[in-house]
Amino acid sequence: MKPVMEIKKLTVDFGGLRAVDHLDLDVKEREILALIGPNGAGKTTLFNCITGIYAPSEGSVFISPPGGGTGTINGLTPNIITRKGITRTFQNIRLFPNMTVLENVMIGRHCRTRARIAGAVFRGKATEREEKATVEHSYHILEKIGISQYVNEFAGNLPYGAQRLLEIARALATEPFLLLLDEPAAGMNPQETGVLDALISKIRDEENIAILLIEHDMRLVMSISDRIAVMDYGKKIAEGTPEEIRNNPVVIKAYLGEEFVA
Amino acid sequence: MRKLSEIKKSFLASIWFMFLTFPIMVIRVNPIEKVVEWRWRNMVFVGVGSFILSFVWRYMIRQKESGLKKNRADDRHKTPFIQRVREERRLFIPLIAVLSVLGVSFPFIFSAYQVNIMTTALMYVVLGLGLNIVVGLAGLLDLGYVAFYAVGAYTYGLLNHHFGLGFWAVLPAGAFMGALFGILLGFPVLRLRGDYLAIVTLGFGEIIRLVLENWNDFSFGPSGIANIDRPSFFGAQLSLQNATVYIYFLMIAIALFTVFVVNRLQNSRIGRAWVALREDEIACEAMGIDKTKTKLSAFALGATWAGMMGVLFAAKTTFINPASFTFLESAIILSIVVLGGMGSITGVIIGAFVLILLPEYLRAFSEYRMLLFGAILVIMMVFRPQGIISNVRRTYKFAGINISGEQSK
Ligand SMILES: Nc1ncnc2c1ncn2[C@@H]1O[C@H](COP(=O)(O)OP(=O)(O)OP(=O)(O)O)[C@@H](O)[C@H]1O
Ligand SMILES: [Mg+2]
Repeated sequence: MKPVMEIKKLTVDFGGLRAVDHLDLDVKEREILALIGPNGAGKTTLFNCITGIYAPSEGSVFISPPGGGTGTINGLTPNIITRKGITRTFQNIRLFPNMTVLENVMIGRHCRTRARIAGAVFRGKATEREEKATVEHSYHILEKIGISQYVNEFAGNLPYGAQRLLEIARALATEPFLLLLDEPAAGMNPQETGVLDALISKIRDEENIAILLIEHDMRLVMSISDRIAVMDYGKKIAEGTPEEIRNNPVVIKAYLGEEFVA
Repeated sequence: MRKLSEIKKSFLASIWFMFLTFPIMVIRVNPIEKVVEWRWRNMVFVGVGSFILSFVWRYMIRQKESGLKKNRADDRHKTPFIQRVREERRLFIPLIAVLSVLGVSFPFIFSAYQVNIMTTALMYVVLGLGLNIVVGLAGLLDLGYVAFYAVGAYTYGLLNHHFGLGFWAVLPAGAFMGALFGILLGFPVLRLRGDYLAIVTLGFGEIIRLVLENWNDFSFGPSGIANIDRPSFFGAQLSLQNATVYIYFLMIAIALFTVFVVNRLQNSRIGRAWVALREDEIACEAMGIDKTKTKLSAFALGATWAGMMGVLFAAKTTFINPASFTFLESAIILSIVVLGGMGSITGVIIGAFVLILLPEYLRAFSEYRMLLFGAILVIMMVFRPQGIISNVRRTYKFAGINISGEQSK
C-alpha cells in the first residue's frame, strides 16, 4: 500500500527544548497507525506541526491524497491543510461550547461549501440547496457516530464521552483522507471505549480514511492498530506490528513497563 | 444569629456611606452670609436609607443564589419568556401587529421632540446590531466603533459641502467607506486578541477623532461642518416638521432592513464561522475556516452599518463636529450589545431602546437621572449578567431521515 503522508526528519524546537527530533513516519492508505509514548514525548507537538499550528524547524511533511494533489504541506496555514484533507481532534477537547451539536458539525462543512456574504443575504436557490445539504450531511454524520439524540443541545452541555465523539464527528465533516486522533479515549469509561474501538475501525473501513492515533489505553491500541510507532524524547524509538511492539525490549523499558508483558 | 450579622453588615455599610457622603450632603458653605451650614438631618437620611438599601440588596442576592441552585437542574428546559413569544404564533403575531400600529402612528400622536428621540433610539438599534456582528458574534472586542460612525458622517458632510451630493447618493458611499475603514482597522489587528485588541481599537477610534479635530483643511477642525442638507423626498426639500417625520420613517425602514440582513447573515455559513471564531480560534482554524477572511468580513460588515448611520446622523442634525464622536459613544453602543445579550438580535433591539430611551424619560428626576440610570445598569448586570436575552441558537427539527430545517425566529 502506498503512503498518504510521509514525514521526513521532522524537528520542532521550543527554545532549547527539542520536542520532536528528526522524526520519520509514514502513514499508509487505509491503515490505523497508533503513536504511543510516555507523557511529554512530543506526540501532540507532532500533530500540531502536521496541522500547521506550529512550524517545524527542520524536515518536511509530504502528502499524496487518494484524490490527487500531492505535495509538501510545510508552511501552509491550518485551514488550508484541513482543506487538503488532514484533520484532527484535540487532546483537551476544543468544541464550540455555545453552539449546538449540529452547528459544531456544520462548521466542519465550512471548507467544503462556498456560500458568501451576498449568498447569505439574498439566499438564492444555490445557497438554499447548499445550506440544506450541509444540515443533512451533518445530521447524517451525527447518526453514524451515534450522538444524533443531542442534535440541538449546546455542545458544552454534553457528557464528556459524547463531547469526544462530537470532536470526531466534526472532524469527519471536513471529508479528510487522514484523521489525526489525539487521545480519543481519554476520560472514557470501559464501555465507552468499547464503542469508540468499533467506531474507529468502522470509519477506516467505510470511509476509506487513514487514521493516526495517539492513545495511552493499550488495550484499545493493541486491538485496533495495524501498526504502532513509539516515541520517546521526540525520537521514534520503535515501529512495527502490535505483536512486535509488545515484545520489543526498548519499548518495554521506555514506556510499557515490565508488568504489561507479564 | 445570622440576622444579627446581617444587621451588623448593613450597619457598617450605612456608617461607611455617611462618611463618604459627609462632605457633599452635610456641609454646605453659604457664600452670601459667609457661614457653614451643618445639615445633620441629611446624614440621618443617608444613614437610614443606605442601611435599608444594603439590607434589601443582600436579601435579593441571597434569593438569587438559592434560586440558581434550585433551578440549575431544570434550567435548560425552561424557555425564557421572550423566546417563547417568538416561537408561539399566538403571541408573536399580535405583538408584531401592536408594534407596527404603534410605530406608524407614533409621529402623529407625539411631538416632534418625542419623534426625534425615537429616531435616535432606532439609530442606536442599527449601530448596536452592527457592533453586535463584531463583538457579539465574532467575539472581537472593538472599542473604537464610533470611528466608523464618524467616517460615515464626514463622508456625507464633506461630499455635501464640496460637491452638493444628496443624502441618497451618499448613503451607499457611507456604507462603503465604513466597510473600507473596517478592513483598514482589521488588517493590523488580525493577530491580536482580547485586551490587546480592545486597546488598539480604542486607539483607532481616538486617532480618527483627533485627525478630524486637527486637520483643519480637510475636516474644518473642531468647528465642524454646518448646513448639511436633510434627506430629500423624491427631490423635494421638506419643512423641518415634515423632515423629522420623514427621517423617522426612513429610520424604521433602515432598522427593519438591518434586522433582516443581520438575521440572514447570522444564520449563514459566514455567521456560523464568526461564532466559531468567538468560541475557539484554534479549533476554528483547524476546522478549515480562514481566520483572516472571517475576521475582516466581521469588521467590514459591522462597520458598514456604522457608516450608514453616520450619513443619517449628519443628515438629521445638519451639523457635525468631532465632539459627537468621542469614546463615550463607543461605550454606549457597546453597552447596548452587552446589556441586550451578545449575539441576540432581539436583545440588542431591547437594549438600544432601554439605554437610549431610559435616560430621556428619566429627565423627570432631573439631577438624579444619571445616578438612577447607573443604578439600573448595575442591577441589570448583577442579576442578568448574560444580558436581557442570552445566547439563543437556531434549532433544527428532524423526523427520522426526512429532514426539514425549521427556524425558530
Ligand atoms: N507551546 C509550547 N511551548 C513550549 N514547550 C512546549 C509547547 N508545547 C509542548 N511543549 C513541550 O514539548 C514537550 C512535548 O509535549 P507534547 O504535548 O507534545 O507531549 P505528548 O507526547 O503529547 O504528551 P502527553 O501524552 O502528556 O499528551 C513537553 O516537554 C512540553 O512541555
Ligand atoms: Mg499530548
